[in-house]
Amino acid sequence: MSAVSLPAETEAIPARELTGAARAARNRRLKVWSIRVVLVAVWLGSWELAATYWIDPFFYSKPSEVWAKLVDWFTVGTSQGSIWTNIAATMQEAVIGFLIGALAGIVLGVLLGRSPLLSDICAPFIKALNAVPRIVLAALFVIWFGLGMQSKIATAFILVFFAVFFNAFQGAREVDRNLINNARVLGASRFQVLMTIVLPSATSWILASLHSAFGFALIGAVVGEVVGAETGLGLLISRSQGNFDTPGIYAGMIVITVLALLAEAILTALEKRLLKWRPTAAHEQGAQL
Amino acid sequence: MTTGPVIELRAATKRFRGATGGVHTAVRELTLSVQPGEFVAVVGPTGCGKSTTLSLVSGLEPPSSGIALVRGEPVLGIPEGIGYMFQNDAVQPWRSVLDNVAAGPRYRGASKAKAREKARVWVEKVGLAKFAGYYPHQLSGGMRKRVALAATLVNEPSILLMDEPFSALDVQTRALMQDELLRLWSGTNAAVVFVTHDLDEAIALADKVIVMTASPATVKSTFDVHLPRPRLVEEIRMTPEFQSVYREIWESLREEVDKARERSVVAS
Ligand SMILES: Nc1ncnc2c1ncn2[C@@H]1O[C@H](COP(=O)(O)OP(=O)(O)OP(=O)(O)O)[C@@H](O)[C@H]1O
Ligand SMILES: [Mg+2]
Repeated sequence: MSAVSLPAETEAIPARELTGAARAARNRRLKVWSIRVVLVAVWLGSWELAATYWIDPFFYSKPSEVWAKLVDWFTVGTSQGSIWTNIAATMQEAVIGFLIGALAGIVLGVLLGRSPLLSDICAPFIKALNAVPRIVLAALFVIWFGLGMQSKIATAFILVFFAVFFNAFQGAREVDRNLINNARVLGASRFQVLMTIVLPSATSWILASLHSAFGFALIGAVVGEVVGAETGLGLLISRSQGNFDTPGIYAGMIVITVLALLAEAILTALEKRLLKWRPTAAHEQGAQL
Repeated sequence: MTTGPVIELRAATKRFRGATGGVHTAVRELTLSVQPGEFVAVVGPTGCGKSTTLSLVSGLEPPSSGIALVRGEPVLGIPEGIGYMFQNDAVQPWRSVLDNVAAGPRYRGASKAKAREKARVWVEKVGLAKFAGYYPHQLSGGMRKRVALAATLVNEPSILLMDEPFSALDVQTRALMQDELLRLWSGTNAAVVFVTHDLDEAIALADKVIVMTASPATVKSTFDVHLPRPRLVEEIRMTPEFQSVYREIWESLREEVDKARERSVVAS
């Protein structure tokens, strides 16, 4: 019984136009990647040369040594046992700290964002806590929770929590009043408004913070391990430092970087899925970082 | 069941705190009533307080003084059976067309499948069947208005508040939507309060046209429109009866529009 007729949904696009656009996109990708590879090659090459002829490789190491170290870690093992158990330990701490921290940050951020009274009461405490240097807390947590996993999880948690909290808070405050009123008139309870209006509109804010938050979780775990631990990548790095094993420090850094990039890729995929309702302008094409 | 008015405002006044700290009276001593099944159009100069009047009826804003009644009960919170189409369309950007329309039944406890089934019928009625899976940013402004209309009507409200629902549409689509609205409404016995800038639209749709004064809003005069139903808006516009009602109401409205314009010239 449709009373209003509409134009056809889509029209056929000439095949030539499509392949042309695809080719242009591929060319651009090729260009971007080849320049990236050249940049890395120039950087590593000059480092290798400099360390071979001019600067002291004992302090600065060089790419070939770092590479040899990495190969050694992954084939023979590290001074602290298999590299994989170390990676697993660090990742476990980071992931647990990230999950709890993000959850707490989102819940508290949204609650305080929606309740002016609560946020007025809590504001000074949160600001004070946020002002405490987090790395100092890592030392405190080792005393509280011991050398085991808990102290690292706590450090990761604190770092993640604040990163997520402030974004969730801001996101929850900037919800369109019109949308909330509309939902209420349609019959939504307070809880339904929270779940179907406030959370989705804060999602872009929250997801933006989750990107940096996983990086923070890894930093928290590694710093916790450097301060005191029995296993993990942070321990590997601090042992390498103790032995003046510069390639070991670099190798540890590289492993951590790769882990962070992997997590970033997973989060980006998640973000794409959750924000598929958004116009594709800024975050999919053109200026992306 | 008593057969009093479904909507009543008695000497309702609404004040807002102005931007500079002063008090701004948006609606002053407003008294009006709407009977069940009655279609009332509200016209008045821009900024006079029409949207504010609707928010008093919907329970989203409490009156500063006076009283708002729905079905004889004072309005506390949002009354049962209200549908409200806002002036700025309030579609949820993260939901597809179908799920936007299904939101109302979902909030009221229907299962997802049931809600979607209901929604699909209304998506079809507003002519968006092909776009059921689209997200709002993929729609035109007029299509979003239709989503909002379907999302409001799917709850089958017995009181329908509409704030310039068709002002963003082109002339042809608007005429189609007006006819569609009359058709959908005719069987329902719902009371409609329809705010518009367009006097043509007001007369073509309504049983009663209320002219508001320039800010602060209060009822200036009320005109009954005795045009036969069912109506087709494009045809009814051409009739001499329509023309004479139009002239009569326009006389009254023009004074207020002029007053509002003079004031804004003085203010700026
Ligand atoms: N929440 C608010 N806070 C402060 N002032 C408000 C608020 N809502 C409305 N007003 C003021 O009340 C007056 C009437 O506003 P309202 O939106 O009811 O006008 P309107 O008749 O619907 O205008 P239009 O035809 O342009 O939509 C305006 O001067 C506006 O600035
Ligand atoms: Mg308005």
